[in-house]
Amino acid sequence: MKIENIKKEFPIFNNKIENNDLVYLDSANSSQKPLVVVDRIYDFYTKEFSNIGRSVHYLAVAATNLYENTRTAVQKYINAKDKNEIVFTKGATEAINLVASTFGQKYLNEGDEIIITELEHHSNYVPWHYLRKNKGIKINFAEIDEHGDVSLESIEKQITSKTKMIALTHLSNVTGAILPIKEITELAHSKGIPVLVDGCQSAPHMKMDMQDLNCDFYAISCHKMYGPTGLGVLYAKKKWLDDLPPYQGGGGMINEVKKNDISYGELPNKFEAGTMATAQVIAFNESINFLNKIGINNLINHENDLLNYGEEVLRKNNFVKLIGNPKKKGAVLSFTIDGIHPHDIATILDEDGVAIRAGHHCCQILHEKLGLTASARASLGVYNTRDDLDKLNESINNCKKIFNK
Amino acid sequence: MNLKELYQEIILDHGKNPRNLGKFENFNKDAKGHNPLCGDKVHLFLKLDEYKNVKDISFEGEGCAISMASASIMTDLMKGKSEKEAKEIIHKFLDMIKEKDDINTNLLEEDEKTKLMSLGGVKNYPMRVKCATLSWHALSSALDDFQKDVTTE
Repeated sequence: MKIENIKKEFPIFNNKIENNDLVYLDSANSSQKPLVVVDRIYDFYTKEFSNIGRSVHYLAVAATNLYENTRTAVQKYINAKDKNEIVFTKGATEAINLVASTFGQKYLNEGDEIIITELEHHSNYVPWHYLRKNKGIKINFAEIDEHGDVSLESIEKQITSKTKMIALTHLSNVTGAILPIKEITELAHSKGIPVLVDGCQSAPHMKMDMQDLNCDFYAISCHKMYGPTGLGVLYAKKKWLDDLPPYQGGGGMINEVKKNDISYGELPNKFEAGTMATAQVIAFNESINFLNKIGINNLINHENDLLNYGEEVLRKNNFVKLIGNPKKKGAVLSFTIDGIHPHDIATILDEDGVAIRAGHHCCQILHEKLGLTASARASLGVYNTRDDLDKLNESINNCKKIFNK
Repeated sequence: MNLKELYQEIILDHGKNPRNLGKFENFNKDAKGHNPLCGDKVHLFLKLDEYKNVKDISFEGEGCAISMASASIMTDLMKGKSEKEAKEIIHKFLDMIKEKDDINTNLLEEDEKTKLMSLGGVKNYPMRVKCATLSWHALSSALDDFQKDVTTE
């Protein structure tokens, strides 16, 4: 599959959006879907649909196998040791909530501390805040440096004898900083602290290797990986999934139910209560196939080229301020323009068919630290081209012209 | 009106140089408005005299050109209005922003109506409607608070 022609695989680009060709630069928010994924959902519902794991009829067995095939495909894609280390959730948000809730219930007490960073998306802060409210734990923030980066040293500074968990992003959705997860995990483990990684932004753009990173938990958002909405993946080391209590109770996750007691099912069922997002899971296998066909190295090279080109083009405008200049950066170009609010930028760009995001991107702590209430963000996907970034630049200049008149 | 036409002179002028910006002394009512989706904030200050007329009104805030322009235009035209009139204007403005094509009231001059109508382009953009209405909801809440105070006396 040639990366130059990849736009053709995404039907959304065949249509005009409000009379414009779509320049989609909001993939950090959610990616577009290749036809193979859309077709897979259609085919499943029209030809193969059944609930999984319960009935013994033909369709139920076939659907169960398809569902489990995706689990294996994810395991391979992220190089997890065991397929039962893959838990499907309704999103990365639920994956993090699952860990915060069950780990908190079993291991966190008043006065215990956890570390997150100032880069975190609200979904890797709010679930821990619940524990601060309910259990009286303390949340310490590892600070960003002037480049919008979080270093190993910044994490180390926050570690105390009471630290029970380090939860942090792999790739910032605002500054684009790629954090040294492997080194942080090594340090954390040397002090007996488990590590949870929010991999929402990294999983679509980087080579995934759980055994190499060696982190304890890793949350993935499938809709950012050219997959369906309503689906996330929690990777967790098997020892944790065996050890932690179930998150939600319901059908499918039990072993035996009696009036006076209940025993829970084996992995992975233990954490997948109720009817799961079956069609989405099955279609997500096609997203992984799609990524595999492109090849992760081709994808990385392509997106690095775009990121460098985008930075170069935007830097030529002295009125554009790029946010974040970290050592290692991935897939996002956040910026501000003096005198023009990001919402106004996004609205004017939208009129030219350029879709970006404006706001705090669910990172209010970070924006406060940066002295901003909002920023504009162009984020990249595999289907973007240099031409898209030229159009972004053209539209930004148009925006400046409108405000200067 | 498409959204680009929204960024016309009136909005850009008020958005870049908002009138009545900043807190004033002796306000007797205030209310905050916040849009959690985008982080836009407005803090409205109001002085009602003994006859419940708007003696002075101002705002502090941070936000896009639409929300700043809206607060600027609103505070300009509310001066001297009675509480009842202010409420009717709020009502008519919110109606216009949400669905109506016009502002039907004789409480406003034609040029004031023109200024408000220039915000009408947000109608079909739910995300931006909130920018245009933020300060109006804050004023509404400040007025309601006043009424509550009055009735308890």
